[in-house]
Amino acid sequence: MNVLRPDSAAAVEEAIATAAAERTPLEITGAGTKRGWGRPVEAAQGLSLAGLRGITLYEAEELVLSARAGTTLAEIELSLAQKGQQLAFEPPDWAGLYGAAPGTQTIGGIIACNLAGPRRLTAGAARDHLLGFHAVSGRGEPFKSGGRVVKNVTGFDLSKLMAGSFGTLAVMTEVTLKVLPRPETAATLLLLGQDAATAVGSMAAALGSSNEVSGAAWLPATLAGRLGIGEGAAVTALRFEGLAESVAYRVAALGSLIPGAAARLEGVASDAFWRAVGNADPLASDPLASDPPASDPARDLWRVSVAPLDGARLIAALPEAEAYLDWAGGLVWLALPASTDGGAARVRQAKGQAGHATLVRAGAEARARTQVFEPEPPALTALSRRIKASFDPLGLLNPGRMVEGR
Amino acid sequence: MKMPTPDAAIVARRREIADHLQRLLAPESVIASDEERRVYESDGLTAYRQPPLIAVLPSSTAEVSAVLAYCQVEGIKIVPRGAGTSLSGGALPLADAITLGLGKLNRVLEIDLPNRTVTVQPGVTNLGITRAVEHAGFYYAPDPSSQIACTIGGNIAENSGGVHCLKYGLTTNNVLGLEFVLMNGEVVRLGGKHLDAGGYDLMGVLTGSEGLLGVVTEVTVRVLPKPSHLKAMMIGFPTSEQAGECVARVIAGGIIPAGMEMMDKPAIHAAEAFVHVGYPLDVGALLIIELDGPECEIDAYMVRIEAIAGECSAVSCRVSRSEAERLGFWAGRKAAFPAVGRISPDYYCMDGTIPRRRLAEVLARMEALSAQYGLKVANVFHAGDGNLHPLILYDANQPGELERCEEFGAEILKLCVEVGGVLTGEHGVGVEKRDLMPAMFDEHDLDHQMRLKCAFDPDHLLNPGKVFPQLRRCAELGRMHVHHGELPFPDLERF
Repeated sequence: MNVLRPDSAAAVEEAIATAAAERTPLEITGAGTKRGWGRPVEAAQGLSLAGLRGITLYEAEELVLSARAGTTLAEIELSLAQKGQQLAFEPPDWAGLYGAAPGTQTIGGIIACNLAGPRRLTAGAARDHLLGFHAVSGRGEPFKSGGRVVKNVTGFDLSKLMAGSFGTLAVMTEVTLKVLPRPETAATLLLLGQDAATAVGSMAAALGSSNEVSGAAWLPATLAGRLGIGEGAAVTALRFEGLAESVAYRVAALGSLIPGAAARLEGVASDAFWRAVGNADPLASDPLASDPPASDPARDLWRVSVAPLDGARLIAALPEAEAYLDWAGGLVWLALPASTDGGAARVRQAKGQAGHATLVRAGAEARARTQVFEPEPPALTALSRRIKASFDPLGLLNPGRMVEGR
Repeated sequence: MKMPTPDAAIVARRREIADHLQRLLAPESVIASDEERRVYESDGLTAYRQPPLIAVLPSSTAEVSAVLAYCQVEGIKIVPRGAGTSLSGGALPLADAITLGLGKLNRVLEIDLPNRTVTVQPGVTNLGITRAVEHAGFYYAPDPSSQIACTIGGNIAENSGGVHCLKYGLTTNNVLGLEFVLMNGEVVRLGGKHLDAGGYDLMGVLTGSEGLLGVVTEVTVRVLPKPSHLKAMMIGFPTSEQAGECVARVIAGGIIPAGMEMMDKPAIHAAEAFVHVGYPLDVGALLIIELDGPECEIDAYMVRIEAIAGECSAVSCRVSRSEAERLGFWAGRKAAFPAVGRISPDYYCMDGTIPRRRLAEVLARMEALSAQYGLKVANVFHAGDGNLHPLILYDANQPGELERCEEFGAEILKLCVEVGGVLTGEHGVGVEKRDLMPAMFDEHDLDHQMRLKCAFDPDHLLNPGKVFPQLRRCAELGRMHVHHGELPFPDLERF
């Protein structure tokens, strides 16, 4: 595929104007680490933002950072770490799911996919941290929205619309993010041997207490074993972050509320565990293959957002799936044997009406013939189509990435 | 303030429209008499008044849908309204529009504490949500000052914040699910009790859309367990600049307090005279910092903050020793607006946000403007997030003073934008800041926002005259001219 690599916002504008003049649809990418997510894009030409790099503003005391869309997360995280700060929504790196190079994903890609890790539970998703952006719409027109301050209700909140739109409405050229202090310490309490239903109850009790849990996950014994924890038992993990004395106090307080804590992960071990949970490492590769390439789509991967208490129920309804829970049960990761529809019928039937099931990884054929994202009711589909037509009337930007024809 | 010219034909049909609405809703839910319509003639921005064509008070989603569908067919405008506490004229009626009051939709539908959610109708008050769950140790975090009266539906329309939003976010960060009605009467559900919904984030777009995109009929919010402890500290500084410096250093030091509020000398004096809570009167600025969490954490942070305050020349520092004392600290801050109302015949509350580090500069320039316009200003800030609330003191009975006050206010907001801030932090654009939108957005920016409006409401029937200086016809906004050889940058090298 011929890929355009603009190195300025003006060049992005020109590339889209040219595409409009020539009616050439574009596949919009950052580093391309998540190209395997969503429906295959119906475009013969690429537009990569990877050349549009650099942090343009960072004011630590204002908790704000702006960067060009193609800036790598690694570069941003390094700058933030130097000031003791972080992106609180804990963006995961899914390169391992798709066989891409880890550590290369761009901030534009993260925002476009609205990705968030285990701290989503308390800190929100990427959408909640995007204060403003500059973009070029499918009309070839540059526009901006939002600002660089936390409290802003001036005009429509187009930042929310951009987060999670997978580059189908406009191409972001620069984003401004809210950043937050990095907690001074972290510790993870492990409860061993709970089944999913019991774990969901424990996690609900933990999150319903005033002990400020910032991560709550459950892994069955096999998956915990793959991360080298649990000693053969299922693991319910609860994370605490903050001042050392506060973490110690809350760990103890929760320990007396929910007895049975068997182990604790501190510091680096705690960080590594939650990174693995967010990156879907336990399910990233096929454990049955002898030396599986990371991108081996031998199993279809699903990420299902449900009410926390429904997490265990969904796992029980899909006994053939290998699964674990994040977000206190509200996020179910599922791996199913590969099938022609990516397992969509099974997963959506098991899930029922509520919640959102997303096919995160499957072969291109399965992704093209099934609804990767949760099907919408007709009124919502029509509204979303009108919005797409407003921003990208010629259908130039990532056509078909989210739903067929859009 | 210029509002769209009323459609005389619609106004002339008042009786007929009211009759039809009485067939869609219970007769007592349709308010068409001159006296009763007057009840709805303004919201919290009382400088502007206009009785609505008719007010209707639906009591179900089906009734809202029926009213909107009828109005769409007949080309009648709709102004949605919660409790009417908007400070930007967001619910200001139009002479040719139906005001759709959502106050009867006031039931708490479901409390689901294991999932930490509450589902309510839009007319439930913000504080009403907390009241529904506090017995179990939970609360709803966003807390606009009007929370005792304002409704959650109105909060969603305005994306209201409050003291806690630095740490706990605005309305938009706390809403999980919505049911809303499109102008054509279609009922759409978004989200639910789960965190991430796929598709375009229309919930995020509706939140803060000031009633221009749809009418919210049901809301699911997340509720949080109450922190185990709360303590506040009250720190006095010789000047607002020093207080501002302290705020910046606290945040740079890695501390995100639950709330951080500042008052300047005129505001302190007005508040103390009103509520007598022992505010120091010899300081130029007062900072109230609230911390929540385990006691050991609060105490550790307080030691750090006190040290930082010392470096910033603080002259006094008090820590609340009881819940009563903590509430006392807040009583003055929360009463600042009415307190200022006692020392001036009228006041006009502004609402802009700035990058915090520009505070000293903005205050100095505001003082110069104050001298220029001959009007005094009292300042209360949400200091943690740079959200300013200058209160301009004036006397509406003095000819020309209101106009002078409005010009002064506009200058302040433009100043906010000039230093990198925004026109409104939490009150909304409404009619108040509508004509200032071009100070922040260029034509392309506004066109893209208006196209979103067209996708939801192509005939501009929902709350027209608000937010945008002028609504352009959707057909005109939809056009796109692209021809071969006519590119915006003909001289740029091709890829």
